[in-house]
Amino acid sequence: MCDTCGCNDSNSEYTIIKPEDIGNRNDSNAHGHDSHEHKHMDEHDHTHAHNHSHDHNRKIEIEQDVLYKNNLLAERNRGYFQAKNILALNLVSSPGSGKTTILEKTIKDLSKNIAFSVIEGDQQSMNDASRIKATGVPVVQINTGFGCHLDAEMINSAVKELKINDNSILMIENVGNLVCPALFDLGENFRVVIISVTEGEDKPLKYPYMFQSSNLCVINKIDLLPYVEFDIDKTREYALRVNHHLQFIELSAKTGQGIDKWYNWLKKMSNKTI
Amino acid sequence: MHEFSIALNIVDIASKTATDASATKINEVEIEVGILSGVVIEALEFALESAVKNTLLENAKIIINRIKARAKCNNCNTEFKPSDLIAKCPVCSSFDFEIINGRELRVKSINVD
Repeated sequence: MCDTCGCNDSNSEYTIIKPEDIGNRNDSNAHGHDSHEHKHMDEHDHTHAHNHSHDHNRKIEIEQDVLYKNNLLAERNRGYFQAKNILALNLVSSPGSGKTTILEKTIKDLSKNIAFSVIEGDQQSMNDASRIKATGVPVVQINTGFGCHLDAEMINSAVKELKINDNSILMIENVGNLVCPALFDLGENFRVVIISVTEGEDKPLKYPYMFQSSNLCVINKIDLLPYVEFDIDKTREYALRVNHHLQFIELSAKTGQGIDKWYNWLKKMSNKTI
Repeated sequence: MHEFSIALNIVDIASKTATDASATKINEVEIEVGILSGVVIEALEFALESAVKNTLLENAKIIINRIKARAKCNNCNTEFKPSDLIAKCPVCSSFDFEIINGRELRVKSINVD
């Protein structure tokens, strides 16, 4: 079918046109369709018995979000999580902030009362998945190879591999990277950005997209505060410049200092979701 | 380098649309990228060079329109043009603003044979 006027072309393999194309079909010929053999404006009462080849420039308006496929899949994941009463968290940070240690500690302390499952994302290796497996909860590893982030399709496939319980928490540990994962919705309920006090306090200013798209900021390794120059108040101030709704929890996954606040947040959010 | 994923998505959208319209070749692709979209345009151009290989877009002219940012201050309602996500309102210095334009990441149109 000719995308411009809707006439039938016998050479056409497809007769289905995407809905987003229909609204943009321009019958006024304002889009360089002037070499078309039959220049009717909007009268369609004639038949097209003549042969009509598409060997001319045609402009097709698309107006489609580049990430629409990811976003559709993310919504599908979100629907699945909602139906099964799963609280899904997307944990993002730079490498070495302590994501896996936070996960290990959390699972160890809470898994008696709450069911957990974990998706680990790394470029390579099974190291993190092995650490989580040792805690006894279901886990799958996604190795992204050359990829720098997880996307909704990877989560969709990983979820099929995992036997996720109803009324549980799914932790998705994204690839350690404060840039790329910011753009990709996985279908999570909340995005949690983790920063450790051994990093620069100006991380929120350097990587604003990640802090802007997160719901909670966990500041880890606070047991090291006496030994490093890290001004927590400044970090908060910088992060709030980028995201006025961001919440903060300061903790040390190693010593357990402040970890109750994280657990309370998890319980509160899972009660909301679950 | 998330720009490569973005580039592959652009190639998919353009190719699918062209195939659905029985086109054999894509002459031109027009893309809109907001300056606050989180995509580096130079990196996207570089990624597209490889992403288009062996596709209908192989020899297509790629036009990337930069969309300027526009924001509205939540404190004093002033409309202004933020240069980045941590810009301040020029009138009241508040960091609290809504972005109206500048986050676009869209395939606008293709020109096909």
